[in-house]
Amino acid sequence: MSAPVLEKVADAGETVVEARDLRRYYDISGGLFSQAGIVRALDGVSFRLQTGRTLAVVGESGCGKSTLARLVTMIEKPTSGTLLIDGEPVTASTAELRRKIQIVFQNPYGSLNPRQKIGAILEEPLKINTRDTASVRKDKAIAMMERVGLRSEHYERYPHMFSGGQRQRIAIARALMLNPKILVLDEPVSALDVSIQAQVLNILMDLQEELGLAYLFISHDLSVVRHLADEIMVMYLGKPVEFGPSEVVFNSPRHPYTAALLSATPVADPGREKKRIALTGELPSPLNPPAGCSFNPRCWKAQEKCIREEPPLMPDGPQSHACFFPVERDGNE
Amino acid sequence: MALLEIENLSVTFATSGGEFRAVDEVSLVCDRGEILSIVGESGSGKSVSMLALMGLLPWTATVTADTMRFDGRDILSMSDRQRREIIGRDIAMIFQEPMSSLNPCFTVGFQIGETLRVHLGMGRAERRERSIELLKLVGIPAPEKRLSQFPHQLSGGMSQRVMIAMALACNPKLLIADEPTTALDVTIQAQILDLLIGLQKKNDMGLILITHDMGVVAETAERVQVQYAGQKVEEQRVRELFDDPHHPYTQALLSALPERATRHGRLPSIPGVVPGQGDRPAGCLFSPRCRFATDLCRQTVERQGPEFGYALCNYPLKEGVPTGHPGVPELESAR
Repeated sequence: MSAPVLEKVADAGETVVEARDLRRYYDISGGLFSQAGIVRALDGVSFRLQTGRTLAVVGESGCGKSTLARLVTMIEKPTSGTLLIDGEPVTASTAELRRKIQIVFQNPYGSLNPRQKIGAILEEPLKINTRDTASVRKDKAIAMMERVGLRSEHYERYPHMFSGGQRQRIAIARALMLNPKILVLDEPVSALDVSIQAQVLNILMDLQEELGLAYLFISHDLSVVRHLADEIMVMYLGKPVEFGPSEVVFNSPRHPYTAALLSATPVADPGREKKRIALTGELPSPLNPPAGCSFNPRCWKAQEKCIREEPPLMPDGPQSHACFFPVERDGNE
Repeated sequence: MALLEIENLSVTFATSGGEFRAVDEVSLVCDRGEILSIVGESGSGKSVSMLALMGLLPWTATVTADTMRFDGRDILSMSDRQRREIIGRDIAMIFQEPMSSLNPCFTVGFQIGETLRVHLGMGRAERRERSIELLKLVGIPAPEKRLSQFPHQLSGGMSQRVMIAMALACNPKLLIADEPTTALDVTIQAQILDLLIGLQKKNDMGLILITHDMGVVAETAERVQVQYAGQKVEEQRVRELFDDPHHPYTQALLSALPERATRHGRLPSIPGVVPGQGDRPAGCLFSPRCRFATDLCRQTVERQGPEFGYALCNYPLKEGVPTGHPGVPELESAR
C-alpha cells in the first residue's frame, strides 16, 4: 500500500545534522548541605550526520549521551556551540525544524499516553503541525500502522493492550508521522527481550533503507550498535573520546576506554578466549571531574602527562581519538 | 547427592482473571562449586521459581513440587521457622536492582550486621569486624567509612557489592543471583561478574545465575537451563548449548542475537510474543512461534532424554535439523 505519508525523504549522503562544539552545562545551586557547582553534562561534541546513515553514540550512564539527544531534538538549548538541522542553524524559532527531527524513547511503557487510543496518539503530531482533515489523518495513521507491522484494528485500542515490542512500534510510527529526516533513537530496544528486539531492529533497518532516514542511535549495547551503526562515537564524562567508522573502531579501538568497553562486553560464544581489560573504579562525579584526561584515574596507561593536560580529539588514521598514549592498532596490549 | 534438588516445581498465582501458572513443572539440580545459569525472556518464570525456593512469594501463589531438597533436608515439609534458619544463611539471594533492594533508612553497616546478628548471634564489635572484612572481600575501598553511609550515598555498582557482601555474610552454600548486573554499566558488570565467580570458586559455593543475557551466560555459566513461558525447554552444558541447541526456541534465541548475524543484515526474529495468561496453547507452548511446528505439536509435546539436552520438543534439533520431523527439506537453510 502506498500512502502519502511514506515518502522517501532525501537522497543518501546529504548532511542533515551538523553539530559544532556543542556544550551543555547545568548549574547546581548550592543547597543546605551541598556546594554550588557546574555539571558539564556535554562538553564539546561535533559531528555530521548524513541521510541514510546511522551514527551511534555509546557510553555508560552519565556520559552525556542522553543530553546530546535532548539537544539535537531541541528539547533543550545548548549552552554554547551551533547545531544545524538540514543546513539551517537552530535559533529561536524552531517550529519548522522540529518536524524534521523526531525521537523514540527508551521505555515504551512510559512514553505513550495511557488515556489515548493508538489512533489519537498517531494523529496528534498531524493535528498540531498540519491542516489535514480528520479523514486524511486517519488514513495516514492506518498506513503508518501497517508500515510498522500493526494491524488496522489496533487503531481503536489503548496502549495497555499491547506488548512492549508493539508499543515500541507505535512509538516509532508516531515519530514518523511528520515524515522526518532524522530519527533520534534513545536506547530504543534496551527494554525489550532478545526475540522482540530483533523484530524492532529489523523494522528500523527497513525504514531507513526505504525512507533514507538518518539515525542518531544512542545505546549502551555494543552488539546492537555494531550491527546497525555506520559511524560510532564513544563518550566518556561528557566528551567524545573516540570517533570513527564503526568497523574500524570495533576492530581496532585506539582509546583505552573504548578498548576496555569492548572487552567488558560479554560475547555469546563460550569458546572465545577472554581477554578482558579489567577497569578499576567507577565513573568519577561529573561535578568534580579529574584534572587532565577525564579517564586517567581508571586508565592503565595513564602517565604524568595525562594528569596535567587534557588530550584533544585528534584524527589518527581512519578514526579520531582523544588520547596521548593510544592502544596499538593491532589491539595487543 | 546434589546440594539443591528440585523436581517438578509448579507455581500458580490466583489472579482476578483465574489461575495463572507462572512456573510449570520445572526440575533443577545445582551442586556445590557449580555455576548453573537459568536463561529466558521475561515471563519465563525464572525468577519466580527461585523466589518460590526462598519462600518469598506473596500469599496468592501456590507452590507445589515433587521434591525440593536442600543439602539433604526437605524444604517442603519444613515449618516456616525452620526454613527461615536456612534462608539467608545457607541460601542467599541477590536481586536485580541494587538501588531498591537496600533499605534507604538504615546504614550499610546496620544492614549487613542484621544478617550476622540474626543468623550467627554475633555481638556488636564482632559484627563490625566481620562487616569490614566482608566489604573488603567484595572490593569496596575504605570499608570503615562505608559502614556508616546510607544507600543513597553509594553508586549502583557499590550497592550491588554491598548486596553481595550481605549475601555472603554467613558463608552460604548456595547463592542465587537474579539478574545481578542488568541494571549496571558494562564495565561495572564485568567487575561484578568477576567478583561473583571469584567468590564462588573460593568458597566452593553453588551459584545459580538468572539472566536474560546470552553473553553473560556464555562467559560465566557451566551448565545452562533455558526456560520459556514457565517451562524448562532445554538443559545442556554451556559450550554444547551454543554449538548445537536442541530446542527450536534456543536456536531461534541465539540466531536473533545481533552479534551472530551479518552486519546490517536482517535479524532472524521470532514472530509473535510469549503466550500470556489467556492464550496458552495446548501441546507445546512454543508451537505458535515455531518454524517446525506440526499438528502433533499443537496437541502434545514430549520431553527428550539427555542426548537431546532434555529438550521439551517432539522434533529436537540435531545440528539445526529437526529429528524425526515429517517434512523438512525446505527448512534446511535455517541458521
